[in-house]
Amino acid sequence: MPRISINGVQHDIDADPQMPLLWALRDILGLTGTKFGCGVGACGACTVHVDGAAVRSCMTTLADAHGHAVVTIEGLSPDGSHPLQRAWEDHTVPQCGFCQPGQIMQAASLLKQTPRPTDQQIVDAMVGNLCRCGTYMRIRQAIKSAAESV
Amino acid sequence: MANIQNLSRRGVIKGAAVASGLVLGFHLGFRHFPQAEAARTWPFQPNVYLAIDETGLVSIMAHRSEMGTGIKTDLPLIVADELEADWKRVKVVQAEGDARYGDQNTDGSRSTWQFYQAMREAGAAARQMLEAAAGKMWDVPPGECRAENGAVVHAVSGRQLSFGALVKVAASLRVPTSDSLRLKEPKAWRYIGRPMPIVDLKDIIRGKAIYGLDVALPGMKFASIERCPVYGGKVKSFDATDALKVAGVERVVEIPATPIPSGFKPLGGIAVIASNTWAAQQGRERLKIDWNEGPNAAHDSATYRAELEATALEPGRPVRSQGDVDTALATAARKVSADYFVPYLAHAPMEVPNAVAHWEANTCETWSPVQNPQGARTTVAQVLGIPEADVTINVTLLGGGFGRKSKPDYVAEAAFLSRAVGAPVKVTWTREDEIRHDYYHAITAQHLEAGLDRDGRATAWLHRTVFPPIPSTFLPDVVYGDAGHLQQGVVDMPYDISNVRCENGPAANHVRIGWYRSVYNIPHAFAVCSFADELAFAAGKDPVEYLRSLLGEPRKIDLKAMGVDYPNYGVDELLPAMSHAYQIDTGRLRGVLDLVAEKSGWGGKLPPRQGRGIAVHRSFLSYVAAVAHVEVGHEGEVTIPRIDLAVDCGLVVNPDRVRAQMEGAAIMGISNTLFSNITMKKGRTEQSNFTDYLVARTDITPDTRVHIVESSAPPGGVGEPGVPPMAPAICNAIHAATGKRIRALPVDPDQLKSA
Repeated sequence: MPRISINGVQHDIDADPQMPLLWALRDILGLTGTKFGCGVGACGACTVHVDGAAVRSCMTTLADAHGHAVVTIEGLSPDGSHPLQRAWEDHTVPQCGFCQPGQIMQAASLLKQTPRPTDQQIVDAMVGNLCRCGTYMRIRQAIKSAAESV
Repeated sequence: MANIQNLSRRGVIKGAAVASGLVLGFHLGFRHFPQAEAARTWPFQPNVYLAIDETGLVSIMAHRSEMGTGIKTDLPLIVADELEADWKRVKVVQAEGDARYGDQNTDGSRSTWQFYQAMREAGAAARQMLEAAAGKMWDVPPGECRAENGAVVHAVSGRQLSFGALVKVAASLRVPTSDSLRLKEPKAWRYIGRPMPIVDLKDIIRGKAIYGLDVALPGMKFASIERCPVYGGKVKSFDATDALKVAGVERVVEIPATPIPSGFKPLGGIAVIASNTWAAQQGRERLKIDWNEGPNAAHDSATYRAELEATALEPGRPVRSQGDVDTALATAARKVSADYFVPYLAHAPMEVPNAVAHWEANTCETWSPVQNPQGARTTVAQVLGIPEADVTINVTLLGGGFGRKSKPDYVAEAAFLSRAVGAPVKVTWTREDEIRHDYYHAITAQHLEAGLDRDGRATAWLHRTVFPPIPSTFLPDVVYGDAGHLQQGVVDMPYDISNVRCENGPAANHVRIGWYRSVYNIPHAFAVCSFADELAFAAGKDPVEYLRSLLGEPRKIDLKAMGVDYPNYGVDELLPAMSHAYQIDTGRLRGVLDLVAEKSGWGGKLPPRQGRGIAVHRSFLSYVAAVAHVEVGHEGEVTIPRIDLAVDCGLVVNPDRVRAQMEGAAIMGISNTLFSNITMKKGRTEQSNFTDYLVARTDITPDTRVHIVESSAPPGGVGEPGVPPMAPAICNAIHAATGKRIRALPVDPDQLKSA
């Protein structure tokens, strides 16, 4: 049975090990902040961290995640005060908001590896995350100000 | 407003009187439904839009759907402002689908203008009742009592009572009549006109906001549905043996196909019911289905395009006619003509269509992201064959809508399945389902001709448009556009030209066609604003100068007086008293044109293979001008360093959301112009997911600058009007950069390679 640490808590997940982590998070654990967008790793709405790195949970099976530490948007910070979440508020980034947890998780992984990213590094890191409302400009501004604030 | 019912006094919300009173008598054709008993009795609920409890907490109903425009925040802000509520003590509650709220069909960019006055009156009525209650409690004339930020104060004595302390007495008072309402002066507004964050912001960034996709009920089953790849097809036979072997799969249910045109009803297909989404999808892949593909099995969008283009070269049904176009064209010093094409587009909201339904004791309750909850209620009732009163439609947040979620077929699928399996059911479309079974934006072919005199001034304008009409999704044999769609960039052509003829040619429909953000304005503004640029170049004039002369002297255009069937985005039906104030105003077009030219640095020199393009267009009662600055690489790749958008949408409720909508419109406009394309072969959609149905990503994102015109004109639309000028502005800029005209979307980079 896949055993995965999710937001710091160990879970034994009674499901097909080939099930994508995305559906286990959503349907079994009720962690719905991680969104389904495409199912093929083309939109980034399902982005979570596995051992600190951003991955697409729709392309990561429970078997892949077995023995690893997963962090979802719900676990990014205890009270929503991660510098990126604060910057997202300051820049009033979201429109519909659906893609934003994935955007924030992707950006958080970028800032972990590259605390002071250049504009091009931000684009390169974020190009896999779609936003159909078109909040890209504010996302980039928010990442920049979060990077400057820490 | 005839009468605002004091619901707290009545105790029970009943009958149609409430709805007719509160919504000023406009219902957009929706019938009145029998009312359910009020779910809860509030201490003070002067009308359906707000309630106040003894703690002073103000609950404001958001009766329109939130899909990213900010309307769930902005209409309650208007109520709160007139009420003199303290926004920190306001809870916004999403309303279920019910006619007592008036029209809830969140489309057409009309929520603000349609409900601006109603929201103000709802807030003002409550404020006056609280002030009167204070007067009664203090035994002073109510005129000496003034509501202020969540309390009522008596300036003379310095006394003050919070709203919560006043609700009991206020609830016993009569609701003031419409003519006795005192609306606040604009200079006293607390919230209207200021940038305000949306109410769900904190939940969104913490992953706590609940979209339809996030709803879960105890005992809920998960469904994935295989539908016929061809519109109008149905199941001939199927074998579910292998599907049922997948762990977690519980049942397989056939949903009968709706005969075409299928309207809002389900396409039909085979549903796999499982204990989780993944199992349902795995089971579905193992279904063996033999389809009867029906009459659209040969549909091919390339052939169809050629048919539409041929039709556009033939005279069509005239929909606007002034002067003598044929003579003016024949005698013109110079004739210009061009043909434009826009393909099918899919909505592709980030949240796919989905719904949870629970059938129980012959009633059905649903939770889903819907733009039109009353339409969903009607559709579910029809599909289940039960009275609408027995259907409850709960509205979640929408992860994008763009028009897709005004069609509730997916809600009816869930309702049907819940009844079939006797448990709550969640239907989740895959992205492939969404791309392949969408209500597509109409493929459109257009032909334009103009005559110019010796000075380059336009003397004749001929515009022919051919597209499958949206009503053909609902009714058989509809081949011509209706007034609601021909007003979107055809008959509303604002240029000062003496001889004008607009025509619409017939097109039979082979797919579901639907509203897509800004709808027929997309092809029409692309053609009209591109053609205006072509005329400027033919005349040897700067495009901005030329547009100024085309627009002519500032004037209002009364299309009705010219014999044109022109609903003006619903104003004439919904707010007839405001008809005149919302007429097409070329002065406002000129205003945004001048503003965007000034702000964008129009006319400034640019390096080779860079250029600026401009377009100005009115839609949804608002005026938007765009300047795109593009650069075209030697391989034909287009980049867009900067977009300037000037918008005159009349009175602005929340400037931050107006900016956000314009920024987003720029991105969606870029998707429509450079990337997105749905093609059909053998009746099947050739695209499947974001891997082949392309939309703009962050790497194409321009520095987008939004310039809002300060205006006291009545509010116009905001959600859609930013989109139409984008395609022509970008393509005109490509022409300025390369000398090559783009007349078909999406832009083909092969056409733009340097020699």
